[in-house]
Amino acid sequence: MITPSNVLETHLKNRYRRGTFWKVAFYLSTVVAITFLILLLLNIINGAFGYVVVENSIDPVSLEVHGRTLEEMDPPELIGILETHLSRGLIRRYNHEMPLEERSEHEVLQLVYERVVAPKIIKSWTLFESLLQGSAIREWKASNSPQGILEFRTWLNLNFIRSPQSPTPEFAGIRTALLGSLWMIVITILFAFPVGVASAIYLEEYARDNLMTRIIQVNIYNLSGVPSIIYGLLGLAVFVRLLEPVTSGALFGLTDHSTASGRTILSAGLTLGLLILPIIIINSQEAIRAVPQSLRDSSYGLGATKWQTIWHHVIPSSLDRILTGTILSVSRAVGETAPLVVVGASTFISVDPNNVFSKFTTLPIQIYQWTARPQAEFRNIAAAAILALLVLLLSMNGFAIVARDKIRKKRRG
Amino acid sequence: MQNSLRGKKRPGEKVISSLLFLSAVISIFITLGIVIILAKESFLFFGSDEVSLKEFFLSKKWQPMIGEFGVRPLLNATIMTSSIAMLVATPLGIFVAIYLSEYASQRVRSVLKPILEILAGIPTVVYGYFALTFMTPLLRLFFGRDTVEIYNTASAGLVMGILILPLVTSMVEDALSAVPDSLREGAYGLGATKLEASVQVVVPAAFSGIAAAFIVGLSRAIGETMIVALASGAGPNFTFNPFKAAETMTGYIVRISGGDIGYDTMDYNSIFALGLLLFLFTLVLNIISRIIVKRYQEVYD
Repeated sequence: MITPSNVLETHLKNRYRRGTFWKVAFYLSTVVAITFLILLLLNIINGAFGYVVVENSIDPVSLEVHGRTLEEMDPPELIGILETHLSRGLIRRYNHEMPLEERSEHEVLQLVYERVVAPKIIKSWTLFESLLQGSAIREWKASNSPQGILEFRTWLNLNFIRSPQSPTPEFAGIRTALLGSLWMIVITILFAFPVGVASAIYLEEYARDNLMTRIIQVNIYNLSGVPSIIYGLLGLAVFVRLLEPVTSGALFGLTDHSTASGRTILSAGLTLGLLILPIIIINSQEAIRAVPQSLRDSSYGLGATKWQTIWHHVIPSSLDRILTGTILSVSRAVGETAPLVVVGASTFISVDPNNVFSKFTTLPIQIYQWTARPQAEFRNIAAAAILALLVLLLSMNGFAIVARDKIRKKRRG
Repeated sequence: MQNSLRGKKRPGEKVISSLLFLSAVISIFITLGIVIILAKESFLFFGSDEVSLKEFFLSKKWQPMIGEFGVRPLLNATIMTSSIAMLVATPLGIFVAIYLSEYASQRVRSVLKPILEILAGIPTVVYGYFALTFMTPLLRLFFGRDTVEIYNTASAGLVMGILILPLVTSMVEDALSAVPDSLREGAYGLGATKLEASVQVVVPAAFSGIAAAFIVGLSRAIGETMIVALASGAGPNFTFNPFKAAETMTGYIVRISGGDIGYDTMDYNSIFALGLLLFLFTLVLNIISRIIVKRYQEVYD
């Protein structure tokens, strides 16, 4: 017989069971989210290390003279090797770019490796394949490429960071892209930080609650939701096309009018500056809003003017938050790709940028271009470049935290 | 004495406040710039003989080479990838947020939230790499290499869902934690279990925030570029099969502008027309989300 208390008990049991079921579901969802992050990172590491089989056109040992390896040779000897192995036309071209005699030993040695030894990657494996199928890889090598060299490679290495871009993955590096990113970021900060903080100060300290202020405020929120690629279109039409004389440097006589193009570091940096401006404004507004009113009141009470109060009290006591917010937005800019493709990042440049009117490529652009290539070796260097990018972003965020703590300590002490 | 102090003119103060005002107005000019440029180039695009508004919205072909400009294949691919992304990000995001806000202890939360922030801080091109080198091979392993093409909208959509997940989670979590404890205690007082209190009391109370999170996530998905540019394929394709390659609106813009593009060509104008459409979509979504938050926000004292 079912008594009321019985009904309650079975109900309660069911309710608790349901509760446990969903609790597990919520918990598992969280585990899934974290698993994605781990997979994402593992996938990158997986691509950035692993075995490769490399075949040299000429064995470096055969180039040795009296048992001295290439590294131990003098530049004249290395140039001799170049002259005996390369066509005369090619040598002339190199001499035309920059006479071989004037190049540093490192450059000449690099040239010997690239052109004479000319290693070619026959096949590359991911880290997991390398760890789990070592014997199969060695068998493959023995039957398919007996003269090749099997080696375990860390794709992200010092050479990779130091070398400029190259069409062969074996010699490609991120030097040009890294420098491009840094140059661009300086422009972005120079534009977005002062303008952003000034806007925030105006909106929080000066603006009255009128129609104009409300329009500005709503507009800033809407801007922060505009897709980044739209900013790319804006940059393309305004900085690259309309302001070409300025952004190409032609106006200042820095570039020829004939070759002038607005697709420069300056255009890219300004485009990203516009992109992160709303975020910097919103972050800075929150920082300024957190400053207690009593601080302002006591400053006024001592006879300070409005600007004196802001400059000596409001800004110093919100600076830590403003800086953290800015660095977070800047790290977003460092990782942006789409707007820069639209603005016109170069697909291939191997010369270091030397001013803001240089053509540009950046780390994310490089990653995009390498990832889009079908060959496995390009995936490897893309993974290595991603690691470099993540390290750069992490160190920026780390710097933000350290700077914030320093400022806080100083303020208290 | 008093008078001399009060009467002191400070021109510097005026200059500074004007400068600050000018900075704040720059943001208005950015919006104006976006609107004017998108409108102007779109005007040129629709004004040309090769394309009409009717063809743009009704034709199922986008082949600029032969003068076919029907946006539907691109739009369709955008809707496909965004829908798949939202199918992943919405339930997962809400579940994770409920766990973080209602179940997790303070210590667990302090570990998990930074992890989600890391996920949110990873550049989108890295997600594109992930889609192409992990998700696509995984899908091909499960469903067979014949059914799943190398470039497909499913892979791009799934990874896009992961990209949006932290955004949805943090917005929903904010909405849930804004619900005052008195509501939870009231529910417990009436004999509700933890689940009943969370799902039948707290979640409905935070509904406006959850809806806003969904819409903001959707707007982010529509504008997302690098994942689709890398993983969903080049070339417009009108298909509802998520395992087939299809180019989205953003994917097309990136591909066309990545090559050398001449000013005032149809190609050049067409990316601005697509940009305008994209801008309007996201603008409407953002406005809706703000209205929802404003109008339906429960006010607790």
